[in-house]
Amino acid sequence: MATLDEIKKSALASLWFMFLTFPIMVIRVNTVENEIEWRWTNLLFIGIGSFILSFVWRYMIKRKEIGAKEADESTDIKVSLGQRLQEDRRIYMPALVFISICAIAFPFVFSMYQTNIMITALMYVILGLGLNIVVGLAGLLDLGYVAFYAVGAYSYALLNYHWGLGFWTVLPIGAALGALTGIILGFPVLRLRGDYLAIVTLGFGEIIRLILENWNAFSFGPSGIANIPRPGLFGIELSLHQNIIYLYFLMIALTIFTIFVVNRLQASRIGRAWIALREDEIACQAMGVDKTKTKLTAFALGATWAGMGGVVFAAKTTFINPASFTIWESIIILCVVVLGGMGSIIGVIFGAGFLILLPEYLRAVSEYRMLVFGAVLVAMMVFRPGGLISTSRSPYEFEKAENSKRNA
Amino acid sequence: MQPLLEVNALTMDFGGLRALDHLDLDIKEGEIVALIGPNGAGKTTFFNCITGIYNPTEGDVMISPPGKETERINGIKPNHVTERGMARTFQNIRLFQNMSVLENVMIGRHCRIHAGIAGAIFRNPATVSEEKQVVEDSYRVLEKIGLEQYVNEMAKNLPYGAQRRLEIARAMGTDPFLLLLDEPAAGMNPQETKDLDELIVKIRDEENISILLIEHDMKLVMSLSDRIFVMDYGKKIAQGTPEEIKNDPVVIKAYLGEEIDA
Repeated sequence: MATLDEIKKSALASLWFMFLTFPIMVIRVNTVENEIEWRWTNLLFIGIGSFILSFVWRYMIKRKEIGAKEADESTDIKVSLGQRLQEDRRIYMPALVFISICAIAFPFVFSMYQTNIMITALMYVILGLGLNIVVGLAGLLDLGYVAFYAVGAYSYALLNYHWGLGFWTVLPIGAALGALTGIILGFPVLRLRGDYLAIVTLGFGEIIRLILENWNAFSFGPSGIANIPRPGLFGIELSLHQNIIYLYFLMIALTIFTIFVVNRLQASRIGRAWIALREDEIACQAMGVDKTKTKLTAFALGATWAGMGGVVFAAKTTFINPASFTIWESIIILCVVVLGGMGSIIGVIFGAGFLILLPEYLRAVSEYRMLVFGAVLVAMMVFRPGGLISTSRSPYEFEKAENSKRNA
Repeated sequence: MQPLLEVNALTMDFGGLRALDHLDLDIKEGEIVALIGPNGAGKTTFFNCITGIYNPTEGDVMISPPGKETERINGIKPNHVTERGMARTFQNIRLFQNMSVLENVMIGRHCRIHAGIAGAIFRNPATVSEEKQVVEDSYRVLEKIGLEQYVNEMAKNLPYGAQRRLEIARAMGTDPFLLLLDEPAAGMNPQETKDLDELIVKIRDEENISILLIEHDMKLVMSLSDRIFVMDYGKKIAQGTPEEIKNDPVVIKAYLGEEIDA
């Protein structure tokens, strides 16, 4: 509802904005002709733009507050779209079938370019799901996740370069090496939490990148490694196009595998321990959960997927160098998890789709990409702090308990 | 009979501050023992020392679980203390807020089950039946404590009294022989306190779990305890039955202070 008061407030905000941006948006010094240009139309655009934005913002906040109040008052629990998707078989079975058909048809309908983008998006789904174990479930803020990704990529590149090992051989090796690095990182940070943990993991990520950049004899330095073979298919020669389609389906399979494993881990004894660790470390330990073991498994399993993703990345791009593994990459993966919804598998898939696909298709406005990116994250924190699709713990256990009671 | 828990000359220093000073305490099987004392006397520090959260500076903590060898457990990790059969609750409620009530108790069962990563991924029959067993066992515990109507509720949505009881349920989930309760009645109304009184006696009688509790509610302490230990400034100043403690001049002095011209 638009009251006069709100319009007034928005108008005030836009006036303030016009004043603030006046020097940069309106005045322009033309050094060639020694003139000052006054671009008054810009001022008008800014005014109207900020008025609308401010008004929408207010409207959204108000709607959110009303929603919260209603939720408080009504006794029945409102089910979110995400939960409905996960719980109601009548909705999710057809949805699943539809998505599968789309996924299978995709590379044959769309161009190679589109397929390539999709492969990238799927890669981030895997990375996001891996990081989700560490950040979303175990609650350990890891800013150096890309280090494990780099370990995977370089293990394929180097093992292939020196010993000619193939993609399928290195895939498990890369995953194992990733897990090992995860444990190596895990040991020194066992005692750390929150901000401190974030800083140390950030440092760790940089250490790995700097090693790769500077240790020429080992990693060929900044020039990277080229001519990494694409994944093989029983020795059949594939054209470039076929190869991309092959890679696409390989990624689909890997993604399904990841979802399957992460889903099962989440609902297991270990998954529960991770969540308990996130909720309260001291209580968790006092209830008999081995903190060391639980943290290390979280780091190791999270890193496993990064290692695997790294191997696929190296195989996909056929060229890697340290520039692909900067802190920025870690941040994007973290954003995928946070935006999608920490601890929620479907959320992470949506998050990856949103963050990776959108920038690709909005190349026209690529200059403003970071601006939009930041704005989206801020808006997220205000309107949906739990992520696009927040976690819902499945209540299946209750029914089991009731059955057991009846049987007993 | 060997006491379940025997603490000899337990001392804990934080830098120059001596929080516990050569404290002795023992609990026999089937007893409800209370540990009381004014605020800051070191009661919670004592709990933290015997449950492995702190490593005591001096002294011995010996446990003799029924049917097992006596063991010195100084400085072992909290989870190992719990594995050996001593489970605790916390003074400031420390539930796993965003987990369901059942899951909270299931975490308590964690150290009694063994499924690993492979079991979680492949869900072999052993893991499946183990999980089923855990759900059943946890539900039983909730029934005993009287929380079964909340089974699928998030822990954070529970009323205060129920949260306190859930802390006990979670500790019971670990199959303890000794339950350490840190101010279980804090913040409860008289009715809830009365229910708690009955619950604690029931746990002792039906589950055969001995209990050590810290409590400020004297009525509860006096009606529940078989024996009481009184602490002040890290030292034990008295011990005995509720009758003895009630009339002990040292205890009265510690709680009420001394008359100036006495």
